[in-house]
Amino acid sequence: MNIHAIRAIYRFEMARTGRTLLQSIASPVISTSLYFVVFGAAIGSRMVEIDGISYGAFIVPGLVMLSLLTESISNASFGIYMPKYSGTIYELLSAPVSVGEVILGYVGAAASKSIILGTLILATARLFVDYQIEHPLWMLGFLVLTSVTFSLFGFIIGVWADGFEKLQIVPMMVVTPLTFLGGSFYSIDMLPPVWQTVTLFNPVVYLISGFRWSFYGVSDVPVGISAAMTALFMLACVAVIHRMFATGYKLRT
Amino acid sequence: MSDDNAIISIRNLDKTYASGFTALKNINLDIRRGELFALLGPNGAGKTTLIGSVCGIVTPSGGRIHANGYDVVRDYRAARSLIGLVPQELATDGFESVWATVSFSRGLFGKPPNPAYIEQLLRDLSLWDKRHARIMELSGGMKRRVLIAKALSHEPEILFLDEPTAGVDVDLRRGMWEMVHGLRKRGVTIILTTHYIEEAEDMADRIGVINRGELVLVEDKHTLMAKLGKKQLTVYLQDPLNGLPAALARDGLEVSNDGYALTWTYDLHREHNDIAGLMRDLQAQGIHFRDLHTQQSSLEEIFVELVKERS
Ligand SMILES: Nc1ncnc2c1ncn2[C@@H]1O[C@H](COP(=O)(O)OP(=O)(O)OP(=O)(O)O)[C@@H](O)[C@H]1O
Ligand SMILES: [Mg+2]
Repeated sequence: MNIHAIRAIYRFEMARTGRTLLQSIASPVISTSLYFVVFGAAIGSRMVEIDGISYGAFIVPGLVMLSLLTESISNASFGIYMPKYSGTIYELLSAPVSVGEVILGYVGAAASKSIILGTLILATARLFVDYQIEHPLWMLGFLVLTSVTFSLFGFIIGVWADGFEKLQIVPMMVVTPLTFLGGSFYSIDMLPPVWQTVTLFNPVVYLISGFRWSFYGVSDVPVGISAAMTALFMLACVAVIHRMFATGYKLRT
Repeated sequence: MSDDNAIISIRNLDKTYASGFTALKNINLDIRRGELFALLGPNGAGKTTLIGSVCGIVTPSGGRIHANGYDVVRDYRAARSLIGLVPQELATDGFESVWATVSFSRGLFGKPPNPAYIEQLLRDLSLWDKRHARIMELSGGMKRRVLIAKALSHEPEILFLDEPTAGVDVDLRRGMWEMVHGLRKRGVTIILTTHYIEEAEDMADRIGVINRGELVLVEDKHTLMAKLGKKQLTVYLQDPLNGLPAALARDGLEVSNDGYALTWTYDLHREHNDIAGLMRDLQAQGIHFRDLHTQQSSLEEIFVELVKERS
């Protein structure tokens, strides 16, 4: 195990965040705060409770997930895309590092950022709405699992992308819509029955449902299924990455 | 043709890119431990592809490469730990400081931090004053030296220099060669490419010439110069000649345009380059000369000829 390499990559990536603090931490925190102000405090006060939870509190887990997903993807994809773009990837390819070590470095850093970000957003939300966390360990578990999984996913996108447009298209065109339609702002049993079924094909539903369960003990789908689906997606990402490196996909010529 | 002393051995290496272009054709090459090997070849010959295949940047289509006995694909960890690479392209992280990027490289190659070593390295490369500067604030020649520092950061036994002196001024180039000499003294094996043939002529122990993906020649530098080198003898005359007297005629002997000089071009390894005989014949013809001058062709001329011949 090349511990020094993992540490070097991790530090490098964290230093990059340090340089872009405004973009990578401040801006998601601010935009999420705006949601809390508008939906939680202003509109939320006129909304009925969902499952006995005030609307403002109900949307907290979903909004944290929204940021977590988009930021994990964009951080991790950028982290590996930039060396490809600038050409410094040569060093990574010529270094005595395994796929696992590269992932631990890059994905570990991206996930760390997401976990910090998620925590900051939760702390900020506290200023606007009152919420409880019934199962703190599960909450932490989902936070970490989701950050890692979507950082892995972002890593794949970063390797796959051969232009800045592709880098942004997946978070914008796929992840954001799926999150909005995944029950961030409503409980899926508020939907007509047909749409409830359709929604079950949206993987983000499982994430948000599980995460919300850790807060309030209520969920759209059983929490075990949520955890299993997330873990499954994570394994799929690991498999894809392994395959990419084994075949040199878009990295080695 | 296997060589026990080889630190790198390349066997039947082929590379066909995804585009269908074949950049390397059946390359067989041994690099000897501790030598300085110069790889020469025109643009697009396949030099960078060959280096990339050894270093893990290019996936070979066929063949085997070993570094110090380790298969570069199967035992990539052991093989790559030995190798430092200075790429041809100036690829750097503009926002990083010189110190951070060089320390990063050392870690990436699995070595624990050693600030004293990095300091010495940066001093040797005249980068110490710039250690806190962001790389984007550096000039092109400085960036190239940062890449050299990165490649040496993990104390490799084998160093690949892909056109290290492109865009480096005369002074620094000299400094760079001093450093290369120092590395060789410590036993580092160096493989370099350059388009400045006279650099190879000065520095290299052995020369390889690659053209259109084929290794057309690998030879000890002195042997090569002796074998392929042509020597030219110029005889400056007191009185001009009107054409070459029949009695003097021999292969490669010509009269200059103004008639004041005779030039005789001969292969060094030929038997019948009988200079004494020519002198006697001149004497017999009553031709007096003022001066003599001999000149041996440079590696550059040899190289140009070799590449021209094959293409
Ligand atoms: N990724 C690639 N895909 C397709 N063809 C490539 C690729 N990289 C290089 N080539 C081709 O392979 C050939 C050899 O390229 P290479 O870079 O090895 O040459 P070189 O000897 O280093 O040349 P130079 O002196 O210009 O650096 C060239 O014809 C080049 O166009
Ligand atoms: Mg090249």
